[in-house]
Amino acid sequence: MLKFFAARLFQAIPVLFVVITATFFLVHSAPGGPFDAEKTLPAEVLDNLNARYNLDDPLYKQYLSYMGNLVQGDFGPSFRYSNRSVTEMILTGLPITFELALYAMLIALIIGVSAGIVASIKPNTAQDYIPMSLAMAGICMPSFLMGPLLVLIFGISLDWLPVSGWGYAPGDKILPAITLGTGYAAYIARLTRGGMIEVLGQDYIRTAKAKGLPTPTIIYRHALRGGLAPVLAFLGPAFAGLLAGSFVVETIFQIPGLGRFYVQAAFNRDYTMILGTTILLSTLIVVFNILSDILTVWLNPRLTLKD
Amino acid sequence: MSLLDVSALNIDFNTREGVINAVNSVSFTVDRGETLGIVGESGSGKTVCCNALMRLLPTPPAAIKGRAVFDGVDLLTSSESRLRSIRGRRIGMIFQDPMTALNPFMRIGQQIMEPLQLHYKTPKELARKKTLAILQEVGIDKPEQRLDCYAHELSGGMRQRVMIAMALITEPDLLIADEPTTALDVTTQAQILALLNELQQRRNIAMIFISHDLHVIKKIATRVLVLQKGCMVEQGRCAQVFAAPQHDYTKSLLDAIPKGKKPTRYRHEQPLAPNFLSITNASISFPAKPTPNLAVKDVSLSIARGEILGLVGESGCGKTSLAQSLVRLVDLEQGEIKLKNKSLTSLNEKQLRLARKDMQMIFQDPFASLNPRMSIFEIIAEPLKLHGLATTKRSLNEKVLALMCEVGLEANWAHQYPHQFSGGQRQRVAIARAIAVEPQLIIADEPVSALDVTIQAQILKLLLDLCWQYSISMIFISHDLAVVRYVADRIAVMQKGQIVELGNTEALLTNPQHSYTKTLLAARLS
Repeated sequence: MLKFFAARLFQAIPVLFVVITATFFLVHSAPGGPFDAEKTLPAEVLDNLNARYNLDDPLYKQYLSYMGNLVQGDFGPSFRYSNRSVTEMILTGLPITFELALYAMLIALIIGVSAGIVASIKPNTAQDYIPMSLAMAGICMPSFLMGPLLVLIFGISLDWLPVSGWGYAPGDKILPAITLGTGYAAYIARLTRGGMIEVLGQDYIRTAKAKGLPTPTIIYRHALRGGLAPVLAFLGPAFAGLLAGSFVVETIFQIPGLGRFYVQAAFNRDYTMILGTTILLSTLIVVFNILSDILTVWLNPRLTLKD
Repeated sequence: MSLLDVSALNIDFNTREGVINAVNSVSFTVDRGETLGIVGESGSGKTVCCNALMRLLPTPPAAIKGRAVFDGVDLLTSSESRLRSIRGRRIGMIFQDPMTALNPFMRIGQQIMEPLQLHYKTPKELARKKTLAILQEVGIDKPEQRLDCYAHELSGGMRQRVMIAMALITEPDLLIADEPTTALDVTTQAQILALLNELQQRRNIAMIFISHDLHVIKKIATRVLVLQKGCMVEQGRCAQVFAAPQHDYTKSLLDAIPKGKKPTRYRHEQPLAPNFLSITNASISFPAKPTPNLAVKDVSLSIARGEILGLVGESGCGKTSLAQSLVRLVDLEQGEIKLKNKSLTSLNEKQLRLARKDMQMIFQDPFASLNPRMSIFEIIAEPLKLHGLATTKRSLNEKVLALMCEVGLEANWAHQYPHQFSGGQRQRVAIARAIAVEPQLIIADEPVSALDVTIQAQILKLLLDLCWQYSISMIFISHDLAVVRYVADRIAVMQKGQIVELGNTEALLTNPQHSYTKTLLAARLS
C-alpha cells in the first residue's frame, strides 16, 4: 500500500509542476504588484523594494530562483508582511482551517449519510422527497447566506451560541462547522441515496431478505458497504474542497485560518503567498484523492491496488 | 395436508402502461420428499411466483392475491415478523446467479452462518463448526480455507454450492431453487443436480425447482407444472407429462428441443473446398500475475467453405478467445490465421477493416450486443454504409428491408429500438447485421443460449438456412451438445485452451476418444 501511495504521489509531480508554473506566470502577469498601495511609494523606495525581493530581475530568472528555493523547501518571504515567511504563515493558518474542515466533514457525513439512507429505503415517497428537497436546498444555499442566517437564529435571537471567533468561547466552533458542512452534507446525501438505491436493488439484498433478516440489519450489514462507495470516492476531493473553500466561512466568523490568507494574498499580489497556498492546496487535493482511492479499494475485496 | 398449499395465486404489476398480469390463478401443492418442477419460458411467471411466496416482490408495483399456506401459516398475509421467522429458517432459497446473489463484500463463511446466528442465536464457534460441516456436505474440499474467501474468489460451481449450503444450514422444510444450474457448465450442472437430489432424499425436504430447461426438470422433478404467460397449462407426474403431454404448449416445448442429427437437407453431398479458413499453431495469452494466463495453446484447425464447425467446451476453455482472434478482436501471441490463403495476422488497420467484411460475428447476448441508442434500421444499415455496399439512400433502404425480411422481421419495425424487441427478435437483428455485408464466414458465439427453446429452434433453422443458401462457413460456439449436434458438420472439443478432439459430428458423439469428451457426454441430460 505504501508503494502504491508513493507511486501515485510520484505521478502527481508533473501535475504539481504545471500548476506551480501556470500560477507563477499568471500572478506575475496580473496588473499591479505587491507594493502598490493607495499611497504611491517614492520611485527610489519602490526600486529598493523591488531589488530586495529580486522583482527587477527578468521573469524567467525569478521563476528559476523561485523553483530552486522551492525544491529546497523554501516558499520564500511574504511580500506583504515583511517579517514573516510564507511557511510560517501557512503553519499558523493551516491547523485552524484543518480543524474546521474536519468538523465540517463530520457534520456533513452524519447528516448526509443518514438522510441518504432514509431516502433510499422508500424511494419516490415522502420519505425520499422530504430529505432530498432539504438536500437540494442545502446545495443551493450559499454559505454567505447560510452563515449569517445561522448567526441570526442561534447567535442573536436565541442567544445559544457565540456569533464569531475560533476557540475563544465555548461552542464558537459549532456554527462555522455547520455552515461549511451543510453544502457537503447535501451532496453526500444525494450520493448515499444513489449508491444505496443501486445496492438495495441487487440480488444479494434479495438473498439477505430470503434469509429472514430484518431491514435495519440488511442495511447496515449487507448494503452500506457497497452503497457508500460513491461517498468514499467523493470524500477525498470533498475534504480538499473544504480546506480550500473555507474562505467565506472564515470571513463571516472571523476565523484566522488559511482561507483568509489565500484570498488576501491574491488581492495584495503577494506572489509568494499565493504560490505557497496554491502549492499546499493542490498537494492536499492530490493526497486526499489518493487516500480516497486507497479507502475505496480497502473496503471492496474485489479490487486490488495497482500502481 | 400438504406442507405448502398454494391456491389461486394471482399477481398483477401496476405499470405506467397499465396493469400487467404476471401470474394468473396458479395452484399447486408440495409435500415433503418430493420435488415440484416449474417449467416455462422467460416471462412465464415462474420466478415471480416463487418470489411472491416469500414476499420478496416489492408491493407496489406488484399486487398479490390468493393463498399460500405453509404448515398452517398463510405466507401472503402473515405478519412481517412471522414471515421473517419462516424465511431462511423453514424455507430456504437458492437463486439463479450465485455471483450476484452472494454479497461481494462479505466472506462466504459469514454469509453461510448468518441464518443460524439470526434464527437460532447459535454461538460463533458452533456456527463455524456447522458451516464447515455443511460445506463438506455440499462437496467443497478444504472448507477451512474457503470460509474466509470472498465470492469472487470461487468458481461458478463452488459459488452455487455455497448458495446451497447457505439455504440448507438451518435445515429448512422447503427448498425453493430458482434456475440453480442455469449459469453453470454441463459437468458442474450434473454435479449440482445430483447433490440436490441426494440432499433432498437424505433430509426428506420438499423442493420447488424452477427451470426453463426441460432436461433438467425431467432429471430432478417428481411432479411438473408447466407455465405459459402466467397461466398453468399442465400439471402432473413428471414421467407422465414428458411421455404424453396433454397441452399443445407442452408439446411445442418438447418438440422445440433440438433432437437428433443435422437434417440431411443441410448436409453437403460433395466434399467441400477445404482450407477456406486455416488456423495454425495459434496461442493467445492475457497478462496476469505471476504468469500470463494462457487462454489458447497451440491450436490448429481448418474449415471448408460452407462448413459448420461446432466449438464445444466449458466456460474458460478459450473458445471465445479463439473465436475473437479470428476477427482480430483479440491478437494472437503466436501462430497464423489464413482466410482464403491470405494471412489475417499481418494486416494493418485499413486492410483489416476490408477483411472483416468477409467475417462477421454474432454474439451471445442480444440484449448487450446491440447499441440501445440506434434503431434497427441504423444497426443493419451501418455495415452496409461502412463497406460501401449501398451508395444511394434508396438502395440502402431496399437492402435493409430485404435483410429484415430475410431474417423474419417485419418491415414496419425498422425504426424501433432494440429494447422494444424480445430476445429472439434481437438475435434476428444481430443476424441481419452480420449477413448484411455478405460474409463468407460467420462466427457465432453461443448465439442461442440466451433464448427460450421455441425461439432457439427458430434461430437455429434461420442460421442453417442462411449458411446453406449462401455457402457461408460458420464457427458455432456452444456449450450445448444437442444444439451443436443439430447444426454442426464437425465438432472440435476444447479444454483448457487446447483442442482435445476434432471429428465429424456423429462419429465424435457416438464414439468419443478423449476422456474429456466422454465426461461432457456423460454430463448431458438428454
